[in-house]
Amino acid sequence: MSGLKIDNPVLSVKDLRFFYGDSRALHGIDLDFPEKQVTALIGPSGCGKSTLLRCFNRMNDLIDISRVEGEVILEGENIYDKSTDIIELRRKVGMVFQKSNPFPKSIYENVIYGLRIAGENEKSLLDERVETSLKGAALWDEVKDRLHDSALGLSGGQMQRLCIARAIAVNPKVILMDEPCSALDPKSTARVEELIGELRENFTIIIVTHNMQQAARVSDNTAFLFEGNLIEYGLTDQLFVKPQNKQTEDYITGRFG
Amino acid sequence: MKKASKEMNKYWRIGEPMVWLSGAALSLTLLSAITLLIVIMVNGLGVFWPSNIEEVHLKDGGKIFGQLIKTEENYEKTGLRRQYKIANRDLYGLDFRWIDEAKIEESVYPDELIVLERIEHGDFYGRIKAINTGRTDSPTANLANLLTELDRATIALDHLSELEDKLNDASYRMEQMRLEQLKLDYNQVPADSPKQVQLNLEKAELDKEFAGLIELQTRRLADARKAKAIFVDAAGQEKEIALVDIFQAYSPNIMGTSDKITFYFFKLVELFVGEPRESNTEGGLFPAIFGTVMLIFVMSLFSFPLGVIAAIYLREYAKEGPLVRVVRIAVNNLAGIPSIVYGIFGLGFFIYGIGHTIDSIFFPERLPTPTFGTGGLLWASLTLALLTVPVVIVATEEALGAIPREMREGSYALGATKFQTLYRVLLPMASPGIMTGLILAMARAAGEVAPLMITGVVKLAPALPIDGNFPFFHLDRKFMHLGFHIYDIGFQSPNVEAAKPMVFVTTLLLVLIVLTMSSVAIRLRNKMKKRYTFGTF
Repeated sequence: MSGLKIDNPVLSVKDLRFFYGDSRALHGIDLDFPEKQVTALIGPSGCGKSTLLRCFNRMNDLIDISRVEGEVILEGENIYDKSTDIIELRRKVGMVFQKSNPFPKSIYENVIYGLRIAGENEKSLLDERVETSLKGAALWDEVKDRLHDSALGLSGGQMQRLCIARAIAVNPKVILMDEPCSALDPKSTARVEELIGELRENFTIIIVTHNMQQAARVSDNTAFLFEGNLIEYGLTDQLFVKPQNKQTEDYITGRFG
Repeated sequence: MKKASKEMNKYWRIGEPMVWLSGAALSLTLLSAITLLIVIMVNGLGVFWPSNIEEVHLKDGGKIFGQLIKTEENYEKTGLRRQYKIANRDLYGLDFRWIDEAKIEESVYPDELIVLERIEHGDFYGRIKAINTGRTDSPTANLANLLTELDRATIALDHLSELEDKLNDASYRMEQMRLEQLKLDYNQVPADSPKQVQLNLEKAELDKEFAGLIELQTRRLADARKAKAIFVDAAGQEKEIALVDIFQAYSPNIMGTSDKITFYFFKLVELFVGEPRESNTEGGLFPAIFGTVMLIFVMSLFSFPLGVIAAIYLREYAKEGPLVRVVRIAVNNLAGIPSIVYGIFGLGFFIYGIGHTIDSIFFPERLPTPTFGTGGLLWASLTLALLTVPVVIVATEEALGAIPREMREGSYALGATKFQTLYRVLLPMASPGIMTGLILAMARAAGEVAPLMITGVVKLAPALPIDGNFPFFHLDRKFMHLGFHIYDIGFQSPNVEAAKPMVFVTTLLLVLIVLTMSSVAIRLRNKMKKRYTFGTF
């Protein structure tokens, strides 16, 4: 099913099965994610792509009735091991959500939230990190004069970029993005997509998207999921031009989904 | 015909009648609330206005001095009758009198009529006849001279009250010594031990000081009482009144409007800062205001943290299940228990249970006289806290539940623990809702009287819960409360008619206090709302 061989993957998924109570949402997924590339997860609603994404930072732990089998290897260690420190894991695997969710604090405090909770209080370091993160999220020029204003006064697109800045401020290995542009207007979407292109120089990005044009535009590799199974995984250019699988072809040509 | 029914259908579909109905319901609610406020304000605000005194000449030749209160139809429906406040309670035995208009010859407003506010027996209406200063010279009897002499009497009174402070202080120390003695006796320290001997010496000294002060006070008081004035009422009956017994004298018939306004505000200030007189039907309300505010404050100190913390556990940490559901239902139902039941619980649990235990551990020598094992501000506050805690819990739970899931996830995704998420993100976001709960709780507590009556409220408290004596906060003391004050003077007073104005004034004040506290809290909440919630975007 997978047409892609990856050496030295930063994150690799081995026979991952996921259950909500008794019902199974993922049926044994095997996937490797290459370092410093953008990988898109596509598929129709309910195919399990968001569930899969949330397995990578163990966000699904918040759901009481969920259960995970299989392995997700990050830096040689299974993150579902009993010894895994979830806090540490989430600092390595950042996440950007569908709905932008800045905290009701100043822009400055939002960016350094991850550092603050880790106990970092040195002003010079925090200042520097705010600047680099906001520059990294292409937001610095717009907010540098009002860093201490409430983040809730920003526009929707700015908020989403602030959430990206917040994620990169803790210097993660991987950034997960769960439909980051679905609540944004086209102009803001274009800015975020442009930003994703810049971020891939430093971070490994896994993005879930509904929008196939977006997947085609921003990603290096694409994985197509359907009903909890990985149907096809390949270079984006190939998958969209010459899909190997009938179901993939039907989906990307718009025959279902 | 068909068209009409179609129109009718549309009318119902749009829901016009429902709109009207809901509008009417709202107006009715508002109207009753506003009517209530207006009744209180009209009756309460007019109390201190110095209206003119009439000299009423009756057809049978009699004369009375009085302030017109109201005019209404008489019982026989033959004409009007007037109610006059005639004061001079000690002479007539009643303060008010109804007179049929048919019996009135004429009303005049002589300039020289004087109103005296007295420390005892209420007001006196009459003319001044003579002033006797107790010195050799006695000035002519007129209002100006009376006022000068009253000022002099006030100075004497100030000296006396200084003396009284000293006496209070001495008696406080005596009480402390008595308790010390009790403790020593209880611990069976022998009577010849140095401690006992020392204590006895100090006690003897203090006794001497106390006796000296008492003597001085008696002498000064007798001196002060020498200054007197003689007044006559409408019937020519004479009344001799010591100047120190007169609180204030004025003549409303010669006062202009601006004078009356000044007088009015002077009385308002007195209401806020003065002590009550005449079994609470006159004078100020300061101890009751202080007690009410203090009670609400201490209550909030207990109920706010307790409620918030309980709600946090219930919403964030407790595992959803039948037990949590039962707890939640129980909490919601707690708010519906009659407040008197809380009062009884407070009496049984806090006062007899905890209070008595404290007494038997820390103050065994004072028993059977209770220290904490009797009603007091602390126990009343705790009882009220128990009563209001469900409100805080429900509000906090709802506020926490209303926070979008993305907020928690956003915080967790950055490596925050549950606790960090709670106090850095969730609590600030829930704070406006929590404040709403606190406002409701405070309003509820301010209006409760029943549970207080058995947990420590009194008609007249000898001392405030805060004073200059160590440890400054005396939460074990009994206290006064506006709500109880209303009940007490309105329904327990022997002279209901005379107490009526005060009932309205007290009610108005209680409403004002609740309004002030709530508006402060609402302002605070709006500030938080601005800071912690999304605007439109």
